[in-house]
Amino acid sequence: MQTFAFSRANDVQQAIQAGAHASTAQQGSEVRYVAGGTTLIDLMKLEVERPNHVIDINHLPLNQVETTSDGRLKIGALVRNADLATLPEVQRNYSVLSQALLAGASGQLRNMATTGGNLLQRTRCVYFRDTHSPCNKREPGSGCPAIDGYNRNLAILGVSEHCIATNPSDMNVALTALEATIVIHGSKGERQVPINDFFLLPGDTPQRETVMEPGDLITHVLLPKPHQGARSRYLKLRDRASYEFALASAAVLVTLEGENISTARVAMGGIATRPWRSHEAEQVLTGQTPSQALFDKAAHALLADAKPQHGNAFKQELARRCLVQALTEVTA
Amino acid sequence: MPQHPDDSPEHASRRSFLQMIGITGMASGVRWSSAQAGAAHDQAHQHAARLDDTHTHVRIVVNGKPHELNVDNRTSLLDALRNELHLTGTKKGCDHGQCGACTVHVNGRRINACLSLAAMHDGDEVTTIEGLGQPGSLHPMQQAFVDHDGYQCGYCTPGQIMSAVAVLHEKWGDSDADLREAMSGNICRCGAYQNILAALKQVRRG
Repeated sequence: MQTFAFSRANDVQQAIQAGAHASTAQQGSEVRYVAGGTTLIDLMKLEVERPNHVIDINHLPLNQVETTSDGRLKIGALVRNADLATLPEVQRNYSVLSQALLAGASGQLRNMATTGGNLLQRTRCVYFRDTHSPCNKREPGSGCPAIDGYNRNLAILGVSEHCIATNPSDMNVALTALEATIVIHGSKGERQVPINDFFLLPGDTPQRETVMEPGDLITHVLLPKPHQGARSRYLKLRDRASYEFALASAAVLVTLEGENISTARVAMGGIATRPWRSHEAEQVLTGQTPSQALFDKAAHALLADAKPQHGNAFKQELARRCLVQALTEVTA
Repeated sequence: MPQHPDDSPEHASRRSFLQMIGITGMASGVRWSSAQAGAAHDQAHQHAARLDDTHTHVRIVVNGKPHELNVDNRTSLLDALRNELHLTGTKKGCDHGQCGACTVHVNGRRINACLSLAAMHDGDEVTTIEGLGQPGSLHPMQQAFVDHDGYQCGYCTPGQIMSAVAVLHEKWGDSDADLREAMSGNICRCGAYQNILAALKQVRRG
């Protein structure tokens, strides 16, 4: 690991000012905020991340969860994944988020990992994590060995000729289905970004994963007022039953009116370069009576533009089954 | 061939840099407990802190005993416990948060000590396997692991026990599946899982 200066931020403005000295907030940033450390320190050991200044933000007052006057849930960026998952309000009103958090990592890691840090979790692509390999995300222009190489765990949706790396987070999939808003404080003040605009497709700049700019600090995540009567399910499929990243996962929220689905939100993980919201699948489901045939049709709509590689073509069928099963359980 | 006359400004600055590193190296090599932390040490530390932003002064309580360390910023909590404080009960397995061998409690919660910087723990209270119990006065979980043969090679055992003790205070169901899930962050390559589960259940029953 390279040497770096270490400092502790005592307030948000101090953190922003220090962070603003970086040339980028994306891959290769010279300044990194550390909260849980579960992604950053791992990648610093691998020398994938080589900041010269690490700012400890653990003592900022961002570890509260509160309900706003208009009924939204405001989650501090430093709230630990374990605490958020077991919070009664979250289990009662945003069950899909609790399920997704508990499906991720381990008890130890969930005690460390934070809401803001999980949003910025990095891909598990083996070429990204190996500095001896080319990687367009790590070294723009160096090439993507994953496309013709080991890509079993990589994406079939949202890919480009430059990058097929998967967003590995479970939490992000649930937050996408819940239509969360990311609150960011930066050099120009506060802004609120809908989660669907927060994550960028790789295109020809896979090193840019989010809208974060130098000095930007995620301070909160806002969840909309809970949808009365909505049922939700997070289903995660993986190589072992626990403590493993998703090969395919689905976060679904469904409201039934009589026999029919009145509203549906569908997001998938493990198969795309960013948490994958599917308005196409939602349109198929809305207003219809639940059935296996309907769920199949929704899955086909979601996967219509899939671009599988030789090692991950199985994900088309796995993702279809994952979504059908999640919808079956949530409408049962 | 480029010339580097001894009196060139570049050479002088390089020499001062090496001197600075020498001073820092000495200061960072000093390990002291609170009782030993005398004025000379404080002075050395202040000198190092002025010259060097690669080290951080940390006050940390480990197993009830306060310590002051001047750690290289790169030092993980795991390496600080093992190499600085010589508490080698906590094991280094994967060093990347994938095996759980390094599990310790920080302020009462279990974490992977390998993925946390020691510099992040100023003011924290850490418990390691050494602080849980000792021969002759074992923690009930340590005794349960002995009773049920909850190990073979023993390398993952300190982490398994630290996790199992934390699980007693976390929100988990009572089924075997719930407890296996609770313990999934601790890998045992010998495969002693059945006996580890039996040990955990014995202590949970009380």
